[in-house]
Amino acid sequence: MIHLMIDGQPVEVEEGTTILQAAKKACIHIPTLCYHEDLSIKAVCRICVVEVEGQRLLPTACSTPVSEGMVVQTASPKVLKARRNILELIFARHPQNCLVCPKSGKCDLQKVAQDLGMHLDIRYDTQIRHQKEDWSSPAIMRNPQKCILCGRCLEMCNDIQGINVLSKENRGFHTLVAPAYGEKLADTNCIGCGQCVQVCPTGALTVHYHTYGLMKQKELGKKLIIQVAPSVRITLAEALGEKPGVVSTGRLVSALKRLGFYKVFDSDFSADLTIMEEGTELLNRLKNGGTLPMITSCCPAWVKYCETYAPELTDHLSTAKSPQQMFGAMIKIWFAEREGIDPGEICSVSVMPCTAKKFECTRPEMRDSGYQDVDISITVQELASLIRAGGIDFAELPDTPFDDPFGEGSGAGLIFGATGGVMEAALRTVYAVVTGQEMPRLEYTDVRGFKGIKESTVNLNGTEIRVAAAHGIRNAKTLLEKIKEGKADYHFIEIMACPGGCIGGGGNPPKTWKIMEERKKAIYEAERNLPIRLSHKNPAVMRVYETYLGEPCGEKSHKLLHTTYFNRQDLLR
Amino acid sequence: MQEVHVLLKNRGKIDPKNAQEYADNGGFTALEKALSMTPEEILETVKAAGLRGRGGAGFPTWRKMQFTATAADPVRYIVCNADEGEPGTNKDRILLSTDPCAIFEGMAIAGKAVGAHVGYIYLRAEYTYLFPVMQAALLHAESLGYLGKNMMGSGYDFEIKFRSGAGAYVCGEETALFESIEGKRGEPRFRPPFPSIHGLFGKPTMLNNVETLANLAPIIRNGAEWYRSLGTENSPGTKLFTVCGNVVRRGVFEFPMGVNLKDIIYEVCGGIPDGHKLLGVQTGGTSGAIINADQIDMNLDIDSVSASGGRLGCGTILVIDDRNCIVDIVLNNLDFFRGESCGKCTPCREGGQQLYNLVNRIARGDGAIQDLEKIDELTETMQLTALCGLGHSTAVPVRTSIRNFRNAYLHHIDKDFCPVCSGKGGIYR
Repeated sequence: MIHLMIDGQPVEVEEGTTILQAAKKACIHIPTLCYHEDLSIKAVCRICVVEVEGQRLLPTACSTPVSEGMVVQTASPKVLKARRNILELIFARHPQNCLVCPKSGKCDLQKVAQDLGMHLDIRYDTQIRHQKEDWSSPAIMRNPQKCILCGRCLEMCNDIQGINVLSKENRGFHTLVAPAYGEKLADTNCIGCGQCVQVCPTGALTVHYHTYGLMKQKELGKKLIIQVAPSVRITLAEALGEKPGVVSTGRLVSALKRLGFYKVFDSDFSADLTIMEEGTELLNRLKNGGTLPMITSCCPAWVKYCETYAPELTDHLSTAKSPQQMFGAMIKIWFAEREGIDPGEICSVSVMPCTAKKFECTRPEMRDSGYQDVDISITVQELASLIRAGGIDFAELPDTPFDDPFGEGSGAGLIFGATGGVMEAALRTVYAVVTGQEMPRLEYTDVRGFKGIKESTVNLNGTEIRVAAAHGIRNAKTLLEKIKEGKADYHFIEIMACPGGCIGGGGNPPKTWKIMEERKKAIYEAERNLPIRLSHKNPAVMRVYETYLGEPCGEKSHKLLHTTYFNRQDLLR
Repeated sequence: MQEVHVLLKNRGKIDPKNAQEYADNGGFTALEKALSMTPEEILETVKAAGLRGRGGAGFPTWRKMQFTATAADPVRYIVCNADEGEPGTNKDRILLSTDPCAIFEGMAIAGKAVGAHVGYIYLRAEYTYLFPVMQAALLHAESLGYLGKNMMGSGYDFEIKFRSGAGAYVCGEETALFESIEGKRGEPRFRPPFPSIHGLFGKPTMLNNVETLANLAPIIRNGAEWYRSLGTENSPGTKLFTVCGNVVRRGVFEFPMGVNLKDIIYEVCGGIPDGHKLLGVQTGGTSGAIINADQIDMNLDIDSVSASGGRLGCGTILVIDDRNCIVDIVLNNLDFFRGESCGKCTPCREGGQQLYNLVNRIARGDGAIQDLEKIDELTETMQLTALCGLGHSTAVPVRTSIRNFRNAYLHHIDKDFCPVCSGKGGIYR
């Protein structure tokens, strides 16, 4: 144990602890900008400098390990003067238009400025970098002027996700984080996962907002129909200031109703539909010697990744559409027909934890109804801002059930939100179809949790089915390499692009692994309490097959619920 | 004044590509001796000699050696910093082009001392034309069995590899240099961990300047006592000085540490040409202090120069005569620094630009007294908080010149330009 003094308080910590962590233990908050608890130490913003007795320079608290007998001042006049000066330097090149910034109120830079009492005029020349905003990507907006070069997004994109879209360019004052060769984000191999948005401390990287477009559709008198993804009910309350892991299904529906949505449907339903299609497809592939392993296709960021980096392996992808797109087709075709509404009068909206869904719904092949099947995809963050703008007191709302006929979802559909969930849901149904009986224990814990790649084996009437679930593109890449080398002896693989699965999606409020644990706990807890926990037992799903689709992977469902993939290797050139 | 040639003894006398000529002139005897010594003995000799780093900071070389030698990881590296980026400095180029084998020998001795079997020479991009000479010398030395596998039958291997920079000044900073060798963007790392624990490729690494490594062979060959007979108590040995600017005779000279600056300028270099007057001197390159003409009676050793607010650094002496304006010189320095900042940490990236703006305003005659206060606070912040030496040293020429030439700044603020500036209308750039 190491003993030191921080601001006059004796602190005892383990060896290897940084000054920042030790100070936290002593209830002292040192402001930070580039520091993020899940990422590596950067020590580039220099905001967290502290005074250490016997040292001439001011070391950074985030990177300096404690030593025995150290005497630290975290807020001496010398330290505060230096911190304010550094902040002033950042301000001198940061656009001063906080009021119209999408990050306003949630911005780390703003918070540090408030904490340090930056109320005086900036004494330096204000010089904003002349870099254009990039709105080209439907998923992510990039405003390099607001970048403080903390390097968090670089680590996320390059080291954790392994996509390498963002990199530093130029040097000195002209340093810039941007896609290579000055390309626009939409023209790069960016998969739109939005993980960079999750870690950006300022308004430099934000979710591409589509709420204005949504309001316009409402003004035009379109019938707004919305589908709500499984993990939205887990993270929406958090986005509105409640603690992580509060499930708000009923309040969420009430809020959407008050916002003027004609119908509020549950994507758990289409998740069940996905299981029916994907599960049947897996069984067909097993029986008829199709391409194995079969890989899930629910995650649009993953699908784009596969199309870009391994187009020769798109055969492995399940042809089933993602739940969002299945729902889109069902709403504009079956529901419109049933209700006698012109599909052109419908504005089909989805609220997702995901930024890549914004890209998915604009894919040209997703127009089975003759219109764009899903018109607008918004994220949890956008929905939270809509709720705030609508003056809705979310905390006090009563519960409302989802609308029929797509208001019922099973627990299997709900756990799509966490990594391993699709796999678990599929196994439940496949097991029942093959063996004719339910799994002895529905909770299939082998594929749960945040381990990078989870593997398991299931015995289906004597046939061993080997499965794997990966989350985060780095892990997905590992599996892809194995498949390419012919070393992957799996039958079924689930891949989610975002670390942690959809509850860690780019459209959620900012996450840390600590928060993710809460969200994961909440989703499995909510699942356990649902009356129906198997996709094939969902009466709404059964009804759709009986009255309209016929059978899973049948002719009609093939037309509406399955899709094709493209080669996007050009994006890498 | 007579030069003392220890490091430059072979300059112009041998064919640099011919390792045999180097050996015939007493080369590789130190390595042979070192190979028969234990690492501890080498370390003790270097410690007794009191050798200090010649790249700028003047850190005791034996301590670097000790830290690396005692690191837990058995895979270790020697890195020779030949990224001689300091404007106006040529000494490493002279060493590498006239006597490359001396550097190789020094590296091999260092390798033996810390238990490293691989050494890298990181050559600045502008010096890549030296590669053929160095390559030829290395191959020749290896073919004669002096270097490489099983050096001189000792059973100890030491391999030397060459790497080239791409033109960034910051890559002379040791950790940025590692990043560059590793193929990444040349940005410094934070410390701790220090390079002797976590250096190149994450392994314990001893990085030294070319000149420091060149000192190892003479020390081992002649012993610590002989070495201490040169130079001063705290800075033993000789030092290469690059004199540039307004003197009659410019070039690289070797003198024992503690030589008087005034003597160098007036006796060795022939004073200021064309009857002009001395205005000031910048020692230690762009990142060094600017002193005025009254302060030049100064002994050039590491501690005396530090006491003047600057540093001996790499031994560059820029002589400035009255045809120049100090504010212009400083502005030029800052223009260099703001362009060479890697952009990683805030104080250096933004501060370098703002400092340039502030001094530029004063140079144009648009400044105010308050700007001097701002400069004072900003330079202090940069010195206290920047990530690496580049940010720390950006402030040095500004702070020292304001202290030593305050009137020049005040005159510019009053639009009472010096004769040099008024000729150009007092406006620069």
